[in-house]
Amino acid sequence: MDLFLQQVLNGLTLGGIYSLVALGLTLVYGILHVPNFAHGAFYMAGAFVSFHLMNAFGLNYWLAMLGSAVCVAGLATLAERLVFHPLRHASGLHPMIAAIGMLLFLEAAAQALWGADFQRMQTPYTGILELGGLTMPSQRLLIVGAAFGLVVALHLFLTRTVLGSTIIAMAQNRDGASLVGIDANKVSMLTFAISGVLAAVAATLYAPINLVYPAMGHLVITKAFVIIILGGMGSVPGAIAGGLIIGFAESFGAFYISADYKDIIAFVLLVGILSLRPQGLFSKGAH
Amino acid sequence: MLKVLTGRPGWALLFVLGVLFPFVAKNDYHLTVMSTAYIFAIATLGLNLITGYTGQFNLAHSGFMAVGAYTVGLLTVDHQVPFWIAFALSGGVAAALGFFVGIVSLRLKGHYFSIFTLCVGYIMYLVIEKWEGLTHGTVGVIGIPAPGAIGPLTFDTPRSLYYLVFFFLVLGVFVMHRIVDSLLGRTFMAIRNGEALAEAMGIPLMRSKLLAFMLSVFYAGLAGGLYAGFVRFLGPGLAGVDHSFDMTMYMLVGGLGTLLGPLLGALAVPWLTQYLQFLQEYRFLVFGPILVALVIFLPHGIVGTWLGWRARRAAQAQPAAPAPVVVAEAGASRA
Repeated sequence: MDLFLQQVLNGLTLGGIYSLVALGLTLVYGILHVPNFAHGAFYMAGAFVSFHLMNAFGLNYWLAMLGSAVCVAGLATLAERLVFHPLRHASGLHPMIAAIGMLLFLEAAAQALWGADFQRMQTPYTGILELGGLTMPSQRLLIVGAAFGLVVALHLFLTRTVLGSTIIAMAQNRDGASLVGIDANKVSMLTFAISGVLAAVAATLYAPINLVYPAMGHLVITKAFVIIILGGMGSVPGAIAGGLIIGFAESFGAFYISADYKDIIAFVLLVGILSLRPQGLFSKGAH
Repeated sequence: MLKVLTGRPGWALLFVLGVLFPFVAKNDYHLTVMSTAYIFAIATLGLNLITGYTGQFNLAHSGFMAVGAYTVGLLTVDHQVPFWIAFALSGGVAAALGFFVGIVSLRLKGHYFSIFTLCVGYIMYLVIEKWEGLTHGTVGVIGIPAPGAIGPLTFDTPRSLYYLVFFFLVLGVFVMHRIVDSLLGRTFMAIRNGEALAEAMGIPLMRSKLLAFMLSVFYAGLAGGLYAGFVRFLGPGLAGVDHSFDMTMYMLVGGLGTLLGPLLGALAVPWLTQYLQFLQEYRFLVFGPILVALVIFLPHGIVGTWLGWRARRAAQAQPAAPAPVVVAEAGASRA
């Protein structure tokens, strides 16, 4: 039973991180209908900026996270202006390839600046909580708490504020949103900034129990794509539910099936589900 | 003057240059670089068939290349199958796997297909890396025999290997030319230009896409088989998605949906990297922005842009000619 609960905690940790990354991806897809392959590079950049702020400037963990969120939000907005905005009328293939170009550039840049080595990020929360035979590293609890706090905050922002509703409105109908006076440019930049913040926070939360290196975004972003396909591209609740499904599938799969193949589980799940339901798990319409 | 370089004379010139290259190459290293570029050019030709001509962006292409390479590597090293038999199987194994991946993935459209194949590519990579019993895992397959002699022809020098790879490249380009110029090729392009419209014209959508996909990964598998015989060492890295990205770049630099474009890109880009030696590690600091700039400013690549320019010239010269058809053929309509 303890082992089972342990897997539940691991699943929540992974699920929280995946949800944050997938949320950024799904918001951008909702607005621009572009699968942003560079999102994984934003995630990686977030981890490196935090790492750098902590090591070179001695900032504490939370300040570093804040700094990195601001930096990556800026980076994402810049990407929207320089790359995706000029391509907003191009056919489906071209923005995708441009995103790949950006991904390759950012990875090479990180490698040039910080080297290809694996780095370890410090965290002030190294303690372990014991609760009735259940050992819980505080960093994992922190991840679960922070991730779900952020998800709730984002949900409130999107549904309760005017600024947030403009994003939803744009995602629902671009022309309709323009008709009621929503500035498409502003909303696009805002969405990219939010996706950058989410990626940076997710990376800074997860990095202390993982490692920081230029290719760290690859697996996370691919899984985030699995999640938003499962949850329906552009759907916010879908991204959260999908994140948790993949998180739990991986933690239980790693424990009960095989730790070696845990990274494959998400992809096999996707292949299985899409073979039976080409339209995804939660979406109603056909693509 | 440019007229001389188009059509048959242009291709003949390229062929002659390819035949003469070993005599002007300064050393074996240059021959190796060129042969490797040819191998990836063959795979890129395949990727162009499904992406450039049929409009489905497949991100598992390097995975299929690895499948072909491992078919040769494992059969020759672990089961002592002669190279040529294993090589003959490499394309077929990739195409057979492509059939099963295709019937699932081709039901998805646009971005979904790309993301799905990205995941399939990851599965291939992870299976190759983790399934040590079959694939030797991260250690890789070592000691793959060189291609055996065919009659008086032996393949033990870099020069003979160069001609072997060159032969398959020429064959690959010729077959691809026959495919895209046939009714079948037109069918693929019709699907690219509009799936619903193509279906309305009576094109069996799924069957055509599946055929394009299998042909495309057949090229990838064959290129992989050549790669195994040429490099004679295989690691899981070959299946990595970065190789698919590389091939995408080749295709885009030259021109999507043109025959010459991917070939040109696959040969030019590796040489450019050779000359930017100091950039080896960081080549994407330069190529990443170039890729983005190309997509924004020159979306049809070098060859596509040139063909479009030529088509416009022709249209101006003969105002009454059915110009739109020419433009569409030049791949300038939609990629």
